[in-house]
Amino acid sequence: MRTHQPEASAKLAVRFGVVAFLSVFFAASCGGNPTSATSTPASRFPVSITAPGGATVTIPRRPQRVVSLSPSATEMLFAMGAGPQVVAVDDQSNYPATAPKTQLSGFTPNIEAIAAFTPDLVVAAEDTAGLVHGVQALNVPILIEPAAKNLDDTYVQIKQLGAATGHAADADSLVASMRSQVGSFVASVAKPARQLRVYHELDNTYYSVTSATFIGQVYKLLGLTNIADAAAGAAPDYPQLSPEYIVASNPDLIVLADTKCCQQDLSSVAARPGWRAIVAVKSGQVVPVDDDVASRWGPRIIEFMRAVALHVQQLEKQAA
Amino acid sequence: MLSVQVGAAAVPPAVLAGMPRLRWGWAGAGLLALAASCGVGVLVGPVHIGVGTVVQTLVGGAVDPGQANILWSLRFPRVVLGVLVGGTLAIAGAAYQGVFRNPLADPYLLGAAAGANLGATLAIAFAPGTSVLGVNVVPLAAFVGAGAAVSGAYALGRSVTGLRSATGLILAGVAIAAFFNSIQSYVQQTQTSSIRQVYSWILGRLVTAGWDDVLLILPYVLLSVVAIYLHRRLLDALTLGEDEVTSLGIPVRRVRLIVVVAATLGTAAVVAVGGTIAFVGIIVPHTIRLLVGRSYRVVIPLSVLFGAAFLVLADAAARTVVAPAELPIGVITAFLGAPFFIAVMRSTRAAAL
Repeated sequence: MRTHQPEASAKLAVRFGVVAFLSVFFAASCGGNPTSATSTPASRFPVSITAPGGATVTIPRRPQRVVSLSPSATEMLFAMGAGPQVVAVDDQSNYPATAPKTQLSGFTPNIEAIAAFTPDLVVAAEDTAGLVHGVQALNVPILIEPAAKNLDDTYVQIKQLGAATGHAADADSLVASMRSQVGSFVASVAKPARQLRVYHELDNTYYSVTSATFIGQVYKLLGLTNIADAAAGAAPDYPQLSPEYIVASNPDLIVLADTKCCQQDLSSVAARPGWRAIVAVKSGQVVPVDDDVASRWGPRIIEFMRAVALHVQQLEKQAA
Repeated sequence: MLSVQVGAAAVPPAVLAGMPRLRWGWAGAGLLALAASCGVGVLVGPVHIGVGTVVQTLVGGAVDPGQANILWSLRFPRVVLGVLVGGTLAIAGAAYQGVFRNPLADPYLLGAAAGANLGATLAIAFAPGTSVLGVNVVPLAAFVGAGAAVSGAYALGRSVTGLRSATGLILAGVAIAAFFNSIQSYVQQTQTSSIRQVYSWILGRLVTAGWDDVLLILPYVLLSVVAIYLHRRLLDALTLGEDEVTSLGIPVRRVRLIVVVAATLGTAAVVAVGGTIAFVGIIVPHTIRLLVGRSYRVVIPLSVLFGAAFLVLADAAARTVVAPAELPIGVITAFLGAPFFIAVMRSTRAAAL
């Protein structure tokens, strides 16, 4: 029997989030006149959104010229069908391929360059270099959707972006689909006979992730023990691990999120001094994943979770 | 006139009269410190391995294969690498201080660090995971970058001042370093996905390809250390002042070139595998000057021994202070080095007053 407590509280949090969201939404739609009928009737403008980043943003009409400076937000917008409204995405937004990639930077944003696209909504992951102040000075609404800490954050952000772009219903169904897939992945991994250990590698200098991070929380959902958690005292989110410790921890599963940055794979991991002794290397349970998928908090987290769940199932079969 | 044959050039013995020689007691103390730090280096780590197991492993006894694997594949090469990197950085620092007669000179004075950082950043950003002739491209690029920066500084310094003064060379090094740093920052800025690796590289870390890295740098390190060691008397002679030394028939510019090339070669090699570890080249030679004596016949050999010992200990701290995570070794050396650096500046100012 699985534990129900975390799920129940997560559901409660989501329900609360939805209620809060709806009340904001109704308050907004009562306050102003809907300017136009849109393809998704559930979205009325103006709409007010309070992003996790802070201030409430009011979007007067359905945006037709969205600029996204956040790769995760770009993926969310395209996944819910708001892609045609996006006119520019930042230089890191490499997915989907149809996204209008530009030289714009989300790390060192240039307000003039953003203004050149005459946006009617700007979405970013952080307020760096006076971004919010600068965009507001242009009288353009800007939504900050910061790095998600867990899947619920992702769901909230998708719904907010849906409301902001007139795709509330699409966003709802995207979230519902993600939610059900996550549920099936969690259900697909039975309680293993023994605790399975995972090592998640961010790059070949052995930076890793703890369970406090977005990606670490996915491992937790799949019932894995994360070897980086022992180093949380040194760095609560992304500690740099000692190779000696990794070898001695003998992880059952190694997830390589450095296949693009550092071209790592099973053979390069096996070639590292001493690593051949690790059970995951011996049994070939070294999972290469797309660096971007594993470092963003968009809808493709489902792909990542599917890949990891598959390996956990294999490990469980071996253990049985 | 009698003269002492030292490698390339001879120093009249009268020049060195009154300068202290290395006493056996200090040489023994250096060897002891090195042995003790290596002992600590192999005994401490995030994984507890007892003294008995370490000794058993060394003599080929039967031990737990997991622990033997950690010792042979990870810990022993790391300690040996610490010896090579620390010894080389310290002797290169001492050599630069002697050649430029500048107490604040370090192995990176002529842009070696900036060049290595640029080379490594380019390799990390644009050629990840590739290797040339079986050697990872990152250390190769760092080695080439360090060499290019120092060569550039030397050429620039020579064209501007004709090498009449060391100051021209130092300023050329400063300019080259600033130029390389700006390119490095630009590349890092445009390749944000590799920031973490570049950061890890710049702060230095003795996490490596194990014995492969040791073998990779060993020839350069040996060449560099031997060449500088053979010039220790000439470095002492240089302290008399350039004009006077030139009048004694010592080819100052050639000595300067040979020592700079040797120090650069060693620095480039160790930086290639360990990153740009800060302050070792400053604090070790200066500690020896303060405690033992200013003669280069003392400072040069003792820098190798104490530099190696210091870096092995710093690395032991790097992998145990926040175990099972690691600190970049540059954090440890700079944390100890910066206050010491200030103390050195204060004492040199006091002497000048």
